[in-house]
Amino acid sequence: MLAKRIIPCLDVHNGRVTRGVQFGKAELGELRDMGDPVKLAMIYDAQGADELVFYDITATSEGRSLMLELATRTAEQCFMPLTIGGGVKTLEDFRKLLLAGADKVSINSGALAKPEVIGQAADHFGSQAVVLSVDAKRRADNSGWDVYAAGGRKNTGQDLIAWVVKGQELGAGEIVLNSIDGDGTNAGYDIEANRAVARAVDIPLVASGGAGNPEHMRSVLVEGEADAALAAGIFHRGEYTVRQVKEELAKAGVHLRLL
Amino acid sequence: MKTVLIDYGAGNLHSVYKALLKAGLEAKRSADPALAAAADVLVLPGQGHFRQVMEAFLSSGFEPVVRRHLARGKPFLGICVGLQLLMQSSEEAPGVPGLGILDGIVKRFADPSVSVPQMGWNQFFSYGNPPLLKGIPDGSFAYFANSYYVDFSDSNPGAITHYGKTSFKSVVSQGHLHATQFHPEKSQAVGLKILANFKDIAQHVLNASVL
Repeated sequence: MLAKRIIPCLDVHNGRVTRGVQFGKAELGELRDMGDPVKLAMIYDAQGADELVFYDITATSEGRSLMLELATRTAEQCFMPLTIGGGVKTLEDFRKLLLAGADKVSINSGALAKPEVIGQAADHFGSQAVVLSVDAKRRADNSGWDVYAAGGRKNTGQDLIAWVVKGQELGAGEIVLNSIDGDGTNAGYDIEANRAVARAVDIPLVASGGAGNPEHMRSVLVEGEADAALAAGIFHRGEYTVRQVKEELAKAGVHLRLL
Repeated sequence: MKTVLIDYGAGNLHSVYKALLKAGLEAKRSADPALAAAADVLVLPGQGHFRQVMEAFLSSGFEPVVRRHLARGKPFLGICVGLQLLMQSSEEAPGVPGLGILDGIVKRFADPSVSVPQMGWNQFFSYGNPPLLKGIPDGSFAYFANSYYVDFSDSNPGAITHYGKTSFKSVVSQGHLHATQFHPEKSQAVGLKILANFKDIAQHVLNASVL
């Protein structure tokens, strides 16, 4: 039986791990420096993280080449799956990141602008390397969720469920669902949105945005039917180690890989 | 011990290469079939669509080298699609023949109750004491990223993994041919131990053949 995954996510700005306060504020300079990504990656590796995600929030080409270097350095030290995202637009972006040492590349706004890139990447590198990352926000009338582009700043008017189903059809091998309402709040994942996506697609779902404690993760993995829970702040701030989270979840009956 | 990690343009060799070094196998990455022909040990990785991986493999010129290597019973390690290529064919690419070294086919996970691809950590359970898993507790986890699995029957040692209602071979050992469906290079300590075991097996074979 496949284990549920716990995935620390590192937001990287100019080669350093940062933590923005809430969606869209990183670009305004509201960042806290959390340290060297490779060092943090090694710590999470030792704590039993199941994967790592690096998310590049630098928009400059210097930042992007630092990310390639980072992927290579991390792959030399950590023998675990590594996903890299942020600013991915083209097949060439996929190629560079995969060659540098990423196992999976996540695409978000780039796929909204040119959905066919998903299919091109899946044809070239296999679906297992293509992650569709989606920023979604609950509609005011509670009728569902809209997909946002540009780091959560622009409502595309596209329905979340329709978009993830299309992403799967195009060849994505995994969905990461970032809840804009939950991000940075520590108030818990959007359970309903996760469950709706999990039931709409056959590919694995990674829940993201809102984790404040292990119970939030248990809830999204069990009631939300997600395959993995991604979190940043609670690990970076040292509130919980990955191991502590996994031990608590195991006690609550979640099937996990314990070291 | 000359070890060559075959570079035929299918996927990210970097992690495999670094993991082999970490496990003590002084491998050389090479896209040159002549270098592989002179190797004592070959490692064949693979990632992606069966057709594209197979086409890349055939056009790389490594095919006769790998066939000769295996026919001579030299140590070999296949990883993921590097295992699937050894089969007769794959449901992923009907009409594209595999190498046919192992007598079976590559099938897609058909159980609708599980996500495909299988992405993440799953357990393997050994049978017949495969040397590749020496010292590794049964039920250990390894990292998988696959929509397809190999299906064939043989009486050699190996390991089985369960995914939904499907049980499939996740470790294959036939003589000195070893292969895993999962990614040892992504499976942390368990994966590095498997690679170190492969190194010991290869070293042992080599010492025996010198004597």
